Amino acid sequence: MLLREPPMSATRRINMDHAAGKPVDPQVAEAMLPYMKTSYGNPSSLHAIGQEAKRGLEDARARVAELINAEKKESIIFTSGATESNNLAIKGVAYRNKDRGTRIITSNVEHMSVVNPFKYLTTKGFESVFLPVDKYGFVNLEKLEEELTDKTTLVSIVYANGEIGTIEPIKEIGKIVHVKNAYLHVDATAACGQIPIDVRNEGIDLLTISSNDMCGPKGVGALYIKEGIRLEPLLHGGGQERGIRSGTENLPGIVGLGKASEIAKKEIPAESARLMKLRDRLIDGLLKPIPYSFLNGHPTKRLPDNASVRYSFIEGESMLLSLDLEGVFASSGSACTAKTLEPSHVLLAIGLKHEEAHGSLMFTLGKENTEEEVDYAASLMPNIVKRLRAMSPLTPKELNE
Amino acid sequence: MYTQKVMDHFKNPRNMGEIPDADGVGTVGNPVCGDLMTIYIKVKDNRLEDIKFKTFGCGSAIATSSMITELAKGKTLEEGLKITRGNVADELGGLPPVKMHCSNLAADALHAAIEDYYKKQKAKEVNK
Repeated sequence: MLLREPPMSATRRINMDHAAGKPVDPQVAEAMLPYMKTSYGNPSSLHAIGQEAKRGLEDARARVAELINAEKKESIIFTSGATESNNLAIKGVAYRNKDRGTRIITSNVEHMSVVNPFKYLTTKGFESVFLPVDKYGFVNLEKLEEELTDKTTLVSIVYANGEIGTIEPIKEIGKIVHVKNAYLHVDATAACGQIPIDVRNEGIDLLTISSNDMCGPKGVGALYIKEGIRLEPLLHGGGQERGIRSGTENLPGIVGLGKASEIAKKEIPAESARLMKLRDRLIDGLLKPIPYSFLNGHPTKRLPDNASVRYSFIEGESMLLSLDLEGVFASSGSACTAKTLEPSHVLLAIGLKHEEAHGSLMFTLGKENTEEEVDYAASLMPNIVKRLRAMSPLTPKELNE
Repeated sequence: MYTQKVMDHFKNPRNMGEIPDADGVGTVGNPVCGDLMTIYIKVKDNRLEDIKFKTFGCGSAIATSSMITELAKGKTLEEGLKITRGNVADELGGLPPVKMHCSNLAADALHAAIEDYYKKQKAKEVNK
């Protein structure tokens, strides 16, 4: 039997793995509490506690709509998170528009909650197309034009990549997609709340939003659906959320997402500028002192929180463990940190070899990270890399001298 | 996720390095999969007098490499061939299930090094 030992981290605890989980903003937690204690009613009920709950629900809907400049709050549907929102958008549009066409298009750098619905739909008679990307992770737009036919009903592209940070040219993609009669779904899980998104200006038809990625609670998300677009529901039941998503609403979670959206809208300009400065300082600190080190993704068109790098001749998990021992938490696209034992498909899609992808290390910054923490994390890497390279049979001799 | 023992071997690997005039060398794994191990052995009077390793891979790949050198040092070649992947994992207090397969290659690398030694001895005898 495997013994589970307590984590062996140092006394410092510096989280730079915010893509995996973020702390809930204290104002958000505070806003949620009444909806567990006093206004705990069912928004579908006619009586006073039901109607209190209903007001909380609709107020949250309005806050989310404002964050992305949706035409009206009714365009927002609450879900259990980004995975459900992506599934609902993709399967919902594909099934509902089956008579019009069965061709659907996405890219090679999507989250698994987009990749796997696309793969699943190929078993149901749909033709799924995966577009290639360049070395930065930008979707090939000529290829998109080529693949887009009159029979295409849906194009799904990530707003900004959660692993390598690259921000896709969504507005341009929208223009191409709308030349044909297809809908554009955008997975904004990593981007929403970090950078401004305007669904109307950018030509987005459906948008996936995650609560925890905006410092809201886990287990809740939203899908923006432009007026007039009809979806086949995934869940059939009591007809909540305009019949698109049945099930009693996760009210505390939804109120939390609403509050997180309100805070994000206010804070995006200052916080994204602060994070970009920290990010660039971190990237410099991670790369400059170490030979054979590289940035993943685009240097400037990238998410403010994302510093994704790679080091040759060594493997990501052993870097993560070494950082963990010093109290710094990061993540890696190495197979050794994945359930599938395959390196990240995103890193392979941007043209990295398997052994290069194994050497990747990703830091995602958050509100609580400081310049001092960034400098500390970067200062650990030269020794970690040196030690692991000394152990590696792949390291060229001159590097160890 | 890892036991204290795994972390101890990861932090302070035993017998890390190369033996330039090794009597046998065994390499297993593949950088494509994320794990590559080389074991170097020095043999005297049918015993593993010295053993060193070099490893590219995750924490458990490094820890199992380190552990096998401790288990094998001073043993006879026959005893060395009897050390299994399971023995290495047990000595480390267990490995996460997902790592049992991919990162537990150290026993295979040791066996490969001993086979390499036998092969080289045979070649020497033929050339005599």
